[in-house]
Amino acid sequence: MSASTQANSLHRQRQWALYGSYAALAVFVIIFLVPPFYTIITSLKSSAEISAQDGSPWMVKNPSLENFWYLITYSNFQTYYLNSVMITAVTVVVSMVISVLAAFSLSRMGFWGSGVLSTVVFLTYLVPPSLLFIPLFQIVGSLGLINSVWCLILLYPTLAVPFCTWIMIGYFSSIPKELDEAALIDGANYIQILTKIFIPVAMPGIIAATIFAFTVAWGAFLYPLAYLYTSNQMVLTVGIISDLIRGDVFQWGKIMAACLLASLPPIVIYACLMDYYVAGLTAGATKG
Amino acid sequence: MAEVSVRKVVKEYDGGVQAVKGIDLEIADHEFVVLVGPSGCGKSTTLRMIAGLEEITGGEIWIGGDVVNDVPPRDRDIAMVFQNYALYPHMSVFDNMAFGLKLRKFPKDEIKRRVDEAARILDIGMLLERKPRALSGGQRQRVAMGRAIVRNPKVFLFDEPLSNLDAKLRVQMRTEIKKVHQTVKTTTVYVTHDQIEAMTLADRVVVMNHGIIEQVGTPQELYHNPTSRFVAGFIGSPAMNFLPCRIEEAGGGGLFVQSGSNLRIPIPAARTARYAPHKNKEMVFGIRPEHLVERREVGKAGFEPVELLVDVVEPMGMETMVHFFVDGAPVCARIDPATHAAPEEMLALTADMNQMHIMEKDSGKVV
Ligand SMILES: Nc1ncnc2c1ncn2[C@@H]1O[C@H](COP(=O)(O)OP(=O)(O)OP(=O)(O)O)[C@@H](O)[C@H]1O
Ligand SMILES: [Mg+2]
Repeated sequence: MSASTQANSLHRQRQWALYGSYAALAVFVIIFLVPPFYTIITSLKSSAEISAQDGSPWMVKNPSLENFWYLITYSNFQTYYLNSVMITAVTVVVSMVISVLAAFSLSRMGFWGSGVLSTVVFLTYLVPPSLLFIPLFQIVGSLGLINSVWCLILLYPTLAVPFCTWIMIGYFSSIPKELDEAALIDGANYIQILTKIFIPVAMPGIIAATIFAFTVAWGAFLYPLAYLYTSNQMVLTVGIISDLIRGDVFQWGKIMAACLLASLPPIVIYACLMDYYVAGLTAGATKG
Repeated sequence: MAEVSVRKVVKEYDGGVQAVKGIDLEIADHEFVVLVGPSGCGKSTTLRMIAGLEEITGGEIWIGGDVVNDVPPRDRDIAMVFQNYALYPHMSVFDNMAFGLKLRKFPKDEIKRRVDEAARILDIGMLLERKPRALSGGQRQRVAMGRAIVRNPKVFLFDEPLSNLDAKLRVQMRTEIKKVHQTVKTTTVYVTHDQIEAMTLADRVVVMNHGIIEQVGTPQELYHNPTSRFVAGFIGSPAMNFLPCRIEEAGGGGLFVQSGSNLRIPIPAARTARYAPHKNKEMVFGIRPEHLVERREVGKAGFEPVELLVDVVEPMGMETMVHFFVDGAPVCARIDPATHAAPEEMLALTADMNQMHIMEKDSGKVV
């Protein structure tokens, strides 16, 4: 009797907790979804409808894909897109190769100074990029890479690698030492331990780091703004703004459509990688 | 199959900790040797040096007739089972067991044959497709053993493989390990801090303490003839009783153990010659709880009456532990559960003095 009353009250408490969390979540969802919603609505409008004074800005009367079509067939936009994709792909691959190898040696090989080095790697990440871009401008300039996509390909990994390495060190360090020892006894060398044990086991970390490197390269604004100026080398973030804002004419519909098109790759990447992001993959290695 | 030989091996960790201080150990082919000792005595270090996971600071390790000091683990032809199993979490049970064979480029059908054979021995045939996280602790332990068996190595190394299991499963797996060894007969070095595990599994037990080997012997030898107070106290559960004592001479050439002022027990005639040189010195008298029984068999040679004041009675079912204090030193007797022992009463006991031990007070050496 008293046990069931208690169970009931527990049940009720749980329910209230549930309602509470749904309410809180609803608030967040609304806050986070308003801007994308507004973007979509605006991208579907013609310039005339955007500047019209009557009607709610939250509704669209004559939806059309005209803005999207314009961008897809606009050769500058195509160039920006391809440049962004290329720079991002190279950045992600280069950063991940470097940071996985670095993290493996820092977390496992225990050479002289490896502890200090791991800390220093992280500290470099704490230096704000906005402080770096002036000295970097000189370096990039002396390399003759100003106004070249290659300067970004060179720079982005230097931004992504420290943090990715730091994430990977965390994941690799959580892999029990006995796992490498078992593999060592089983006959694996260091490369095999890395490829057959560490990379598969640390997959969630690799995915997290990949997403980070992707975001760094795809969303960077300051560096392309500072180092690139011709449209054949330009990337999306700066290109959209410089190309679709002519003087003080903001082509809002096209800007919004371009933003949506530019957000497509991150959305696709997140959606695909999240499927593989199986947290707790290490469960079962040891006692647990 | 191979013998293992550890010669004058020293291990000093960075920072100058001497974990192993020059040990010698000869392990015969097919032998099951257990390293036992308290925490931090250097058991794991010794095992890991045999495995090649720790560098050797001094001395030599031989496996199957070769010095392996500078041979990497993968070329030592050994297999190791870890306390936390160390299964590869992303691989199925089959792949876990096959991993070492695949790396050594065994043909597919040979791998399958060996894994199936090991799975049969360990009774895990139905688990081969599962991932480690879907296994219970005992099953994981079996897979870890399977991974060692399939390799058919020269030596098995176990580092406390059972200490993560609950008590019941531990006993069951202990029997299983023994059975596996009887089947595959691979030379085995097994580390544990559990002396019962050591006694039940081992052909020979190596008792370690503070980085040295205290004694090597069969379980029976260690139990009946410990050479030091440490071994006498470590082997056997509950532990041997130790009382400070003097050996004194009675009229007629007989000797007595005199502990404190009250306890005075005659020493069997067979041992007079052995203990005579230690007369009138501060010594330690040792007797196991199981050799203090309720008074019954007085009269046989060496069975001497003792009367002690009961402090606590602990019935255990099969037997009853009775605790006493003799001049402040705790003494335990392991007696028949049908006892009349009650706290604060005197209990008449018989001490089997044929099983007594006398140790030097300072060195702990058994005389
Ligand atoms: N990597 C290391 N660096 C420094 N000292 C170490 C290291 N590993 C072990 N030691 C020390 O060496 C000694 C022996 O350690 P070892 O692990 O061999 O003990 P053990 O007998 O296996 O104990 P346990 O039963 O607790 O596992 C201990 O004093 C320990 O502190
Ligand atoms: Mg240990």
